[in-house]
Amino acid sequence: MDGRTATTAAHAHSDVAWPDRIHAHFKRVGVRQVGYVPDTGHSRLIKLCQADPEIVDVVLTSEAEGAGLVAGAALGGQRAALLMQSSGVGNCINMFSLLANCRFPCLVLVTMRGEFADFNPWQVPMGSITEQVLKLCGFLTYRAEHAEDVDAIVGSGCDMAYDGNLRIAILLAQRLAGHRR
Amino acid sequence: MTPATLDRREFVAQLLADRGDLLVIGGLGSPTYDVAACGEHALNFYIWSAMGCAAMVGLGLALARPDRRVAVITGDGEVLMGLGSLATIGVKQPNNLAIVVLDNAHYGATGMQPSHTNAGVDLVAVAQGCRFRQVVELADLARAAEMRALLHDGEGPVFILARVKADDPPRVYPSLDGHATKYRFMQASVKPA
Repeated sequence: MDGRTATTAAHAHSDVAWPDRIHAHFKRVGVRQVGYVPDTGHSRLIKLCQADPEIVDVVLTSEAEGAGLVAGAALGGQRAALLMQSSGVGNCINMFSLLANCRFPCLVLVTMRGEFADFNPWQVPMGSITEQVLKLCGFLTYRAEHAEDVDAIVGSGCDMAYDGNLRIAILLAQRLAGHRR
Repeated sequence: MTPATLDRREFVAQLLADRGDLLVIGGLGSPTYDVAACGEHALNFYIWSAMGCAAMVGLGLALARPDRRVAVITGDGEVLMGLGSLATIGVKQPNNLAIVVLDNAHYGATGMQPSHTNAGVDLVAVAQGCRFRQVVELADLARAAEMRALLHDGEGPVFILARVKADDPPRVYPSLDGHATKYRFMQASVKPA
């Protein structure tokens, strides 16, 4: 009984902490601009970025604006990351060509929809092709299923993106990131 | 509406005269040819894909380099494809960013089909609605020097809509190598440590 209580508490704790882990990696590698469209799954991370005086948060009307922001930041010597839902990935396809053509580093954190207990089945067509779309656009993709995976995966993703001028996408499973009924 | 007579090449040449350390983003299509026609410059970054992204590249750069002035020179078709970017710029209010739209009311790169501005869609009203701090419309070369001063010293975000003649001047192709252009730009503009 004690063991079960402890496990539940640990999960509850890490549920709260994973966006903080991502923010800590942003700080570690010096991410200075974060572009996003408001999103439930990213709400805590967005608040952390908004409250951080060293990070400029840029709220976008469409995820399609994000690639341009990342490119401009890189031209100015700054590192930028993007936060979006899986639906937003589809909005970006042609814009991602800018990143591939010029080898701009880019880290995208994607909260998944349409894959686990989503109340809205209309999210399935985009959610089910999100990872393939990212690969076709030249991204390396990694997937975090559980809160305890986030720290290592995002840490590695940050290093690969910014040290290697690579496009890295990290899919945050719907089971982890919310949007349930 | 009387047909526009402003020559885009002459206008851009005057806009970029004695440009100093102005950072310039050339939007996809004819504006990139116009910028290139002024002569190669390491502080030019030309965009050859991702139509609609030019204003956002300008925003990311302006936010990263508050110590420099940034000018995006693009066309009506290009800005129409990323209209939401103007609202995003309106939220951030970058003081050092100017968007210059060379509006010939046509898609020059694809055969001069009429654009939305040809039907009276008003980009000046859009920019005003998006909270650009200074919004200027012109159709006359006589105001080019005033526009040049706005790029260098104007309180931004600045939006300049230049109604230019609907012609298709000879194309001037800068490098198509995105890596090379990126690194050249970054090396020439690097912030002193």
